[in-house]
Amino acid sequence: MYTQAMDTMGKERLDTPKPVRSTDEIALQEKFDARIDAGEFIEAKDWMPDHYRKTLVRQISQHAHSEIVGMLPEGNWITRAPTLKRKAILLAKVQDEAGHGLYLYAAAETLGTSRDQLYDALHSGKAKYSSIFNYPTLSWADMGTIGWLVDGAAIMNQVPLCRCSYAPYARAMVRICREESFHQRQGFESLLTMMQKGTDAQKAMVQDSVDRWWWPSIMMFGPPDTESPNSEQSMKWGIKRISNDDLRQKFIDATVEQAKILGVTLPDPDLRWNEARQHYDFGAIDWNEFWQVVGGDGPCNRERLAARVSAWDDGEWVREAAMAHAAKNDAMQEAA
Amino acid sequence: MTATTASASIRVSTDPTVQYLLRIGDTCLVMAQRLGEWSGRAPTLEEDIALSNTGLDLLGQARGVLTRAGQIEAERGGNAYDEDQLAFLRDERDYLNLTLVELPRGDFAVTVLRNFLMATFLKHLWHRLERSSDAELAGVAAKAVKEARYHQEHAADWVVRLGDGTGESTARVKTALDHLWPYTAEIFEADAVDDAAVASGLGPRWADLRDEWRADVDGVLAAAGLTPPKERLFRSTGKSGRHSEHLGYVLAEMQHLQRTFPGGTW
Amino acid sequence: MSAEWPLWEVFVRSKAGLDHKHCGSLHAADPQMAIQLARDVYTRRQEGTSVWVVRSDQIVASDPGDKAAFFDPMADKVYRHPTFYELPKSLDHM
Repeated sequence: MYTQAMDTMGKERLDTPKPVRSTDEIALQEKFDARIDAGEFIEAKDWMPDHYRKTLVRQISQHAHSEIVGMLPEGNWITRAPTLKRKAILLAKVQDEAGHGLYLYAAAETLGTSRDQLYDALHSGKAKYSSIFNYPTLSWADMGTIGWLVDGAAIMNQVPLCRCSYAPYARAMVRICREESFHQRQGFESLLTMMQKGTDAQKAMVQDSVDRWWWPSIMMFGPPDTESPNSEQSMKWGIKRISNDDLRQKFIDATVEQAKILGVTLPDPDLRWNEARQHYDFGAIDWNEFWQVVGGDGPCNRERLAARVSAWDDGEWVREAAMAHAAKNDAMQEAA
Repeated sequence: MTATTASASIRVSTDPTVQYLLRIGDTCLVMAQRLGEWSGRAPTLEEDIALSNTGLDLLGQARGVLTRAGQIEAERGGNAYDEDQLAFLRDERDYLNLTLVELPRGDFAVTVLRNFLMATFLKHLWHRLERSSDAELAGVAAKAVKEARYHQEHAADWVVRLGDGTGESTARVKTALDHLWPYTAEIFEADAVDDAAVASGLGPRWADLRDEWRADVDGVLAAAGLTPPKERLFRSTGKSGRHSEHLGYVLAEMQHLQRTFPGGTW
Repeated sequence: MSAEWPLWEVFVRSKAGLDHKHCGSLHAADPQMAIQLARDVYTRRQEGTSVWVVRSDQIVASDPGDKAAFFDPMADKVYRHPTFYELPKSLDHM
């Protein structure tokens, strides 16, 4: 899953150059810019501008945090899955998300930060994660809807990143995208099964779920381009490749058709095909809700963070025991 | 069409072959259910993935065995229940899992110790079942024995790390051992169900696996600096459908959706 | 106090006959744990027949600053490549 990353981070303008630079640094910067312009990959030990490094650490780690926080709304239904097959699928999906978080933390660590520092940033509330995960999962149908809409939006955001200029991130993204398509497919298939073969009560559950998740899903693409100051530099650096509004429109166009196949309505009375534009027009997004959730006052922000903090704190004695044991073994081997 | 507000429970026969299979399937299923509770809560991301893998393996084993149990039930003239009907529509008295696996997941020490004790047993059981007279069961066993070997190795390593780690980890794993040990006696209780299984070639008497199990367990406990607790008179009785108070909550959570959406298709 | 586990790099051989490929990293407290976790994290979709793990701090890497000195000299030694040699068409399969 994804994060709307760049646009909801600090207001600091990341393309402000530092005041004084040596001639060496200027030369390195020029070489770096040339490589970026040529579409080359940057590896972990290559020289890179400080801003590029910091931007990537924030984006990659935010993406990682999103994956592991994203385990919680879905993990909520593992013990209650309605069939053994669905239980296995959900457990595997959530497990994949842990794995994605791990690949991304590993990629962020190549930039000179430690896993503990990254967790610290998340647990203290300093680092952000995708705001979609601050919404509660209130019915089983939400598992299908999340796969269909949330993973669908994430895939759209993620595929371009496989060509990101920073190679460890790009490689992690290739791995993630390979695994991700099962996530969307299983969600859509679950909803389709209920809508085509389910009881009236199940169909009502699906419609209610879609009604709750539609608007938060399209907010996943972040604020409108006009309000996203950091996008330009990220595009230049090959970290971000398509604009928020373009991705959002692409997503809506695809999803409206999918909704027809499902037989569900979308909770937007202004949604209609615009023949001239060859796209769907859609209603006004409530950006107040978006900023409120990003700011920490969404339905589940506090619970999500508390769950991650307590998992980490509760596990402290385990991690310490493992290190202590390893140290004892090392000591014994050295003595031998 | 009549409006039903819930799905009534189903019952299965007391055929010993079916019961022998349900003991295995239910044990794996309830273990998987408890492991699923760790998702998003493990001490490290890596271990979260490892615990989920164990849960998925056990769930797969449960599905294979429950499906087979349903088929045999039908062959013996009973209803043809599938894995989901068996899992979601039987109530506590028809669940035949070991009481050990329905106990709350506890802390990480309880979990890895229970994983170790059970994986060690399942490893030996699956190995014997590879030669079962029931071809389907033998097939499930051939796959499951590899999984059980891995689970046992992983859990044993953790028991040793915690047993010989810090003062706190040693204390926690000792507490876990005292807590879980009395429930292991039930694994090796013999009865007519096992006798029938031996007679038909379906599988071994669980009691016959005690020595091998004990040898493995004693070895790992010793490496962890732990002593097996004294035997007590306490006996749990999950295999005969008489459970602790915990199973009711496990099943209530697990079965809720099927019970409240009768006739649903998922 | 945080007991941070060391970082390990993971290499997986997906099929007999192929090389081990670097596929990522993970944190583990000891070698045994590292190998098991590598299997759990990186081979869930049958991507592996063999796994290597190496502590990240044990990897010796070429200095990217030396890329020019280290690798450019290979560029002009084209006579190492078979395509440098023109042979009559009837022998081109050599």
